[in-house]
Amino acid sequence: MQRFISAIALSMALAAPGLAQSYAVTNGRVVTNTDAGIIESGTVLVRDGSIVAVGGDVTIPVGTTVIDADGGWITPGLFAPVTQLGLIEVALEGSTNDVSADSSPYSVALDVADSFNPAGMHIASNRLGGITRAALYPGTGWNIFAGQGALIDTTGSNTSLFEDASFVFADLSQSGAATAGGSRSAAWTYLDAAFADARGYPGRFSGDHQGDALNRYDAAALVPVVRGRIPLVMEIDRAADIRRALRFRAEHAPMQLIILGGAEAWMVADELAAAGVPVLIDPIRNLPSSFDAIASTLEAAHRLQQAGVTVAYTTQTADGYFNARLLTQHAGNAVAHGVPWDAAFRAITLTPAEIYGVGDRFGALAAGYTGDVVVWDGDPLEVMSAPVAMLINGEPTAMTSRETQLRDRYINITDETPFAYRR
Amino acid sequence: MTLKAWMPATALAAVFALAACSGETGSSGDDAASASSESGDVVRYSLDPYPSTYVPRASGVTLIQHATVFDGVGGRIEDGDVLVENGRITAVGTGLEAPEGATVIDAAGRYVTPGIIDIHSHLGDYPSPGVSAHNDGNEATSPVTAEVWAEHSVWPQDVGFEAALAGGVTTLSILPGSANLFGGRGITLRNVAGRTVQEMKFPDAPYTLKMACGENPSRVYGSRGQSPATDMGNMAGYRAAWQSAVEYRTSWTDYWASAEAGEEASPPSRNLELDTLMGVLDGEILVQMHCYRADQMAQIIDLSHEFGYQVSAFHHAIEAYKIPDLLAENGTCAAVWADWGGFKMEAYDSIHENLPMVHAGGACAMIHSDSESGIQRLNQEVAKALADGRRAGIDISDADAWRWLTSNPATALGILDQTGSLEVGKRADIVLWSADPFSTYARADRVWIDGALSYDRRDEDMQPVRDFMLGQPGEGDQ
Repeated sequence: MQRFISAIALSMALAAPGLAQSYAVTNGRVVTNTDAGIIESGTVLVRDGSIVAVGGDVTIPVGTTVIDADGGWITPGLFAPVTQLGLIEVALEGSTNDVSADSSPYSVALDVADSFNPAGMHIASNRLGGITRAALYPGTGWNIFAGQGALIDTTGSNTSLFEDASFVFADLSQSGAATAGGSRSAAWTYLDAAFADARGYPGRFSGDHQGDALNRYDAAALVPVVRGRIPLVMEIDRAADIRRALRFRAEHAPMQLIILGGAEAWMVADELAAAGVPVLIDPIRNLPSSFDAIASTLEAAHRLQQAGVTVAYTTQTADGYFNARLLTQHAGNAVAHGVPWDAAFRAITLTPAEIYGVGDRFGALAAGYTGDVVVWDGDPLEVMSAPVAMLINGEPTAMTSRETQLRDRYINITDETPFAYRR
Repeated sequence: MTLKAWMPATALAAVFALAACSGETGSSGDDAASASSESGDVVRYSLDPYPSTYVPRASGVTLIQHATVFDGVGGRIEDGDVLVENGRITAVGTGLEAPEGATVIDAAGRYVTPGIIDIHSHLGDYPSPGVSAHNDGNEATSPVTAEVWAEHSVWPQDVGFEAALAGGVTTLSILPGSANLFGGRGITLRNVAGRTVQEMKFPDAPYTLKMACGENPSRVYGSRGQSPATDMGNMAGYRAAWQSAVEYRTSWTDYWASAEAGEEASPPSRNLELDTLMGVLDGEILVQMHCYRADQMAQIIDLSHEFGYQVSAFHHAIEAYKIPDLLAENGTCAAVWADWGGFKMEAYDSIHENLPMVHAGGACAMIHSDSESGIQRLNQEVAKALADGRRAGIDISDADAWRWLTSNPATALGILDQTGSLEVGKRADIVLWSADPFSTYARADRVWIDGALSYDRRDEDMQPVRDFMLGQPGEGDQ
């Protein structure tokens, strides 16, 4: 019952912004994701948006709003590494789906920030699964380059997109091969030509000249990738294709490479670890969904982790806009198949933050980190657990969504008030 | 929870009037190859031209001891034992004596449940790998294809079957897809490795008929400029087909009455599509209907009243939580996901508490996968829904929630007399879990089908590997 009281306290705090800017989340098992490890009964102190203290004996200053975790778990907010949050409302309704652009003349230049809708209904429902940060991915259309991704928080506020043009996404899998003209050879040749265009930008585009692969706008957008300032995320499953990608990276230093999909990455684990190339993988993807993914296995996450590969988990077998919130279930299944709990939890919090270059701000509970804190009613990787209170940017967030409103409208079916009047 | 009498009382006992055979599936296929068998002058067609050839593997005598047992019909036994002999469950309780020669398994700290039943799968029809040649689930060439049978598309080498087995699934219903108003017949399979689909067919399980509401049929056919293009077109399409079925049935019953009275009579022309619909009208074939929205389910219930048949279960049933009273009143189940939604407009109102809210509203509820991935973790899907329901104040026990995985789908498939619970006389379809199966960390340690050990997590020799994976990278990995 006390947990419920905490939630009420939080909603009161929500109703009166500005009155309370200091929060102490206390009386819970604190997962820090730092050298401090797990603190069995600890406190996280947050002031003006940031974490100021974490520990077992933190003094709570007078005037601080206390959020009692009631013996539950206190963790950093989840960082969903691959999503389309705010890009899709109803996937099959093209008018509400801004993921990919089949008919645009542009490719790399397409920027998800222009499509992102912070008021999308699924942001709140994913937040209720414990997600506080997410990477937004464009989807591929006519070109192997899908465009530029961004990073958001899940407050739904108009400032929730906090980093734009954070990476570029390209498809180098069998579907990318088809897009590029019908073979892997076509895809890698195109990619190589595109890099040459970006390296030659803007000189190559003077006068009437055009790029070999890219137009002026797309070449300009690829420049930060070619110069190694932002990573290129390649969707690849087949082991042979991952090796090809590693070779491409070596030939195009200082580019940064991230592998997405990675069904057969475990077969190339030592090479990935040596190259320091991270992999974004769904740990429950285990069927040979295509001939690229023949060696898919529930053991993949464990094998990659043991080889020392940097791994973050995705919800690829579900989706990235409605059910990114299943991250905890997917991570829990990685634990069931051998990954140590700490490593699995890190793979949905700090590791993805690090992969996108923001691991010094998000994904851990330590002084100086942004105040993204989740209180759970149990082990977050257990399917029966759920968040009961959350802070994002150091402020409490509502624990309601359109889904909870629908639930509350219909939960008492014998209510005599006509349904449309129940809110 | 007590299930209302949701199936016609005659459903299981009725003998389809077309039958020439005695009714024992598996032994009645002698005349399967002939178009008709003329006994006397009365023409009748075989109801079972593709009979099951399933033969259970040898079952020894097995006593599983000291487990937490969920029996699948609401019971929970601590320190419980389950005894299996000759493929059947012969005792469930505590302190059971091991018969001489029995294999005794100490399951202290572990959990025992009935094998999971997935009422909505496309394994074999949309097998892995998902190449174009494997696109065998939707005969999307006409909105009414009640004449196609899902079993004729099942590729028994789909590795998805063994992955589902490792997740504790022992029985599964393979349905045609939802592109059509009438998608065709579904088939209930034992989750065993068979060289042929016949070797997997669940003996005596009723056939099912897959139907579909809403966006899928109207999108598929509307985009081709043909009917149905709208929800009202969908309804018109169902009604026209059912009307034909009613007339077809009358023509046969009239013919049989005359022929059996020794009068001069010529049989109607056989219509394979209407044979299936007639089977529904006779209560022999169970309707499994893809339907998302509450208002559409209500329309379909009226449709079933208009033509005199029963909808066994609405599948997906995203909005079932809005009408549990209507479902309960009509004895129609809802087979749902825990948390899928958002992919089309009719899935927009998905909520996590659908399953517990339908159950709490007095209707028959169950989980389903419709997914080669989800089928591997249906226990976790139920755990999520159960926990979300409890947070909303719906207090349902773990033992009751096991109905959603076992006895309720068995009921909706017409096989509850055979499987779906740990009760004496049932087929010994059993899962031994490493921990509480509502924990993410639990794994199926062992799975028995008809008392035969069919999967053992710690013994590679007891882990099936389909032909497709032989010689491939990752062969034998799960």
